[in-house]
Amino acid sequence: MSDTDSGPASAERETDSSAIETSSEPTTEPGHRSLDDPILEVTDVLKRFGGITAVDGATFAIERGSITGLIGPNGAGKSTTFNCITGVYEPDEGSVVFDGIDITGRAPNQVATAGLVRTFQIAREFPEMTVLENMMLAPKNQLGESLWQSVAPGTRSAVVREEEHFRERAWEVLEFFEIDHLAEKYAGTLSGGQRKLLELARALLTEPELLLLDEPMAGVNPSLEKKLLEHIHELQDQGYTFLLVEHDMDVIMNHTEHVVVMHQGSVLAEGKPESVKTNEDVIEAYLGGEV
Amino acid sequence: MSERDSRRSGSPEPVRTRLEALSQWQYDLVLIASVVLVTYTGFALIGLLGGVGINSIVGFLRTVTFYAAVYALVVLALNLHWGYTGLFNIGVAGFMAVGVYTMAFITASPDSTPAGLGLPIPIGIIGGMVAAGLVGLVAALPALRVRADYFAIVTLGLSEIIRLALLSGSLRTIEVGDRVYGTGGGSGIQYPPVDTIIPWLLDQPIISVIGDVLFEVGATVGIQRSVILGGLYTLVLLVFVGLFYLLLSRIGNSPYGRILKAIREDELAAKSLGKDTDRAKVTAFVVGCSLMGLAGMLWMGSRSFVSPDSFMPIIPFYIFVALIVGGAGSNTGSIIGGFAFAAFLWEGPRFVRSILNANLNLRSPPTIYDAFVELAAGDLTPLVGYLVGSLDELRFVLVGVVLILLMLWRPDGLLGHRKEIAAATDLSRRRPTTDRPTASDGGETDE
Repeated sequence: MSDTDSGPASAERETDSSAIETSSEPTTEPGHRSLDDPILEVTDVLKRFGGITAVDGATFAIERGSITGLIGPNGAGKSTTFNCITGVYEPDEGSVVFDGIDITGRAPNQVATAGLVRTFQIAREFPEMTVLENMMLAPKNQLGESLWQSVAPGTRSAVVREEEHFRERAWEVLEFFEIDHLAEKYAGTLSGGQRKLLELARALLTEPELLLLDEPMAGVNPSLEKKLLEHIHELQDQGYTFLLVEHDMDVIMNHTEHVVVMHQGSVLAEGKPESVKTNEDVIEAYLGGEV
Repeated sequence: MSERDSRRSGSPEPVRTRLEALSQWQYDLVLIASVVLVTYTGFALIGLLGGVGINSIVGFLRTVTFYAAVYALVVLALNLHWGYTGLFNIGVAGFMAVGVYTMAFITASPDSTPAGLGLPIPIGIIGGMVAAGLVGLVAALPALRVRADYFAIVTLGLSEIIRLALLSGSLRTIEVGDRVYGTGGGSGIQYPPVDTIIPWLLDQPIISVIGDVLFEVGATVGIQRSVILGGLYTLVLLVFVGLFYLLLSRIGNSPYGRILKAIREDELAAKSLGKDTDRAKVTAFVVGCSLMGLAGMLWMGSRSFVSPDSFMPIIPFYIFVALIVGGAGSNTGSIIGGFAFAAFLWEGPRFVRSILNANLNLRSPPTIYDAFVELAAGDLTPLVGYLVGSLDELRFVLVGVVLILLMLWRPDGLLGHRKEIAAATDLSRRRPTTDRPTASDGGETDE
């Protein structure tokens, strides 16, 4: 894997980024190695598209059980980083370690099976499947996912029993998100906000450890946004870890414990929301240095 | 189910309640049976009024049933590809060709040219299914990397390559030892027809009694022996339609079927939930191709030779029309679509023509222009004569018109609007422990 050969380069970049951090004092821990219990470590991830380097050595880590925000101006490489973590793109360099396992370059389904599940910027429900069908797809390693187990007369009953169990779980999660009244509607008929809820609910049924939410609040009305945030905090209390890509600064400042700021493909600053807010580099990156 | 009562609201009360008590598959069986029955009664009445003998009516109905069954088989297989998984396979004919040719090679006599292995028909059928599945596998592996529309081109290309390879002179004869194998080029391979299995069955002890009774009854009513044999073979096909339906419904109503549906809807989202979509796609494609191969072999059942001309690229087009008419994504719709295509668009017009020709002395003018000139003079019969005379070509126009009307009124096909939930259990039912009543929001579903 590419993480072994990028050894010296990674050290170089680390000093590089810590230089920025020390020059702009407010940020706290330099690098991710100081975290007690990192669930995700992204090290020097680099992704090029033709001549453009979309992600240029992004390095950060996420503490288990935390809500971490990933912010940055448009084109900072947040979504590409997301895609590199979740396997949609294979990073050209660098490594992604999840829960102690190197998942760099694995296929999206393998990443998801490992316990790292994402949602999308624009909700990707399965429009011509009912909400319940959407939910029932999610549980991991269902017996009936094998064609023969589903079809063969001897094994079918086990598939049915297991599905009854998952069905119960699906209803519970739908009730938790208060969308159980939509259970039998086609997902395509739901409103934008309901789809976001459905996507999160569906992701939860995979029993992930880390949820990567790409702009979960985009297009969601304020009351639903409040509800969604409550759900996220509730889930955090249950032990889930979150990484949010978000543009809404209020959400980032009030609801995350740790913020990673990306700019031009690399991590510009990292730290507590308050400290990031006053970081001059961050202000400059966002506002073009006018404040 | 809620959608059913809204649709059935016109029927009298007892019928309605009885229909509601049926489960989905029972309801579908009733639906298919009544559609078929009504159609056949219609055709039989037309035939009797037109003065056609009972033997030809029964023969015609057998032909319709035969083609309806063949279409239903292929459409069901295609429904697994296109309706469920969204795999745009327009190379159906190629996979059928592989199945039939493999069977022909296995069952053909070693002494004929080109020579075969001379093995029994059932082994040939299994071999044909395996071969069609393997070619499907070969097609699916590289094609997984391409987008849906390119996948269509890959399958069409493969199907044409297969047909042209079978036609090519260089594979025509291949000498191995003192035997000459090969594809036979344009003249194809001679082999024992699949339906010879029926007389063979009727020669067996016990079963032969049934055969004797059938022929006896046939003789008294005036139905020929060959029509009865053909009818029995058609019956075998109908049994296969039932088996296909059972298998595909079981596939569809399972967690595996759910993955297929999710692939159709949004493959990346399915992957992001940890589903191995590549594997699911390949297995679905291979199973579908192998079923297409089987359908091809049964279709060729009464023929004793196979040639590449039977697998023209127009075939998948017919199959797709039938699937669209029935409603992609619905297995019941696939059967009804196959039946409707065979009965109304394919065999029905021919039947009507033969009746018209027998009863009216129709003169067919050479062009439609001539027909209209005479129509302007007040004579309608030349136009009717022209339409009847060029019926074979006009059927394609009919197919086009039906498709346009369908797109306007029922864009999802006859049954494509139905909610067929991909699950092994009834998802709306919860265990009674919860205080919540089962969720059914009344007639919220459709129409």
